[in-house]
Amino acid sequence: MITVGAAPIDAGIECAAISATGAGGIATFVGLVRADDGVATLELEHYPGATEAALAMLAARAVERWGLIDARITHRVGVMVPGDIVVFVGTAAAHRAAALEACAFLIDRLKTDAPFWKKETRGDDASWVEPRGSDDAAAARWSH
Amino acid sequence: MGLELVYFAWVRERIGHGSETVHPPADVVTVAGLIDWLAAGSAVHAAAFIDRTRLRAAVDQTFVGLDASVIGAREVAIFPPVTGG
Repeated sequence: MITVGAAPIDAGIECAAISATGAGGIATFVGLVRADDGVATLELEHYPGATEAALAMLAARAVERWGLIDARITHRVGVMVPGDIVVFVGTAAAHRAAALEACAFLIDRLKTDAPFWKKETRGDDASWVEPRGSDDAAAARWSH
Repeated sequence: MGLELVYFAWVRERIGHGSETVHPPADVVTVAGLIDWLAAGSAVHAAAFIDRTRLRAAVDQTFVGLDASVIGAREVAIFPPVTGG
C-alpha cells in the first residue's frame, strides 16, 4: 500500500498493518527528521500523482524481485520538525532475507526515483537540500 | 491546445509560480528545446534554467532526460534532482 500525505506517521500503526499480512518475516525502515546543524523545520514537496505512481512502481518491482507477500510505503509531505517520521517502509515475506533486502532496496531507490524535494529552515534561513552522491551510489547497487 | 508546465522546489520558487500553460512553436520538439524557448522569452525563466545540469524533467508524469520528445505531450514538469526519503 502506498500513502503520501501530510498526516503524522505512527510507526506502531504502520508496523501493525504490514504485520497483519501473516508473513513469517517483516522488515521495516523508519526515517526521521534529523536536527542537523540546527534544523528547525523540514518541508517536503512532492509531485502529486507522479510521486504515488513512482512509489507504486518501486513497490511492485520489490514484490516481484523478492517474492514479497506485501510492501508498504508511507511518506509524509508538508512541514515537519526534528523527530517527526518522514517515511515508513515495510516489507512482508516468508523469510528474513527477502524482507530485509527488499526493504533496503525500497528506501535506497525511493531517495533517487520518487519526486520529493526537501527544504530545511534554520532560523531565518531556508535552503533546498542538495542531492548526495552517496544516495546515487546506494541506489545503483540494486541495478544489477 | 496548450502545453501545461509544472515546476517544483527551487525551480518553482525562481519562476514564481507552480504551473502555467504555454503554446510553444512547432519547432520546439524536446524538453531541452522547450527550456531554450522559455528562457529566450523571459529573463525570469532564463535565470531559473541557467544551469541545465541541475534540471530534471518529466513528460506526462514519466521521468525523462532533457533530450526527450515533447511532441504530443500534455504536461511537462521541470524540477531539481529529487531529495526524498
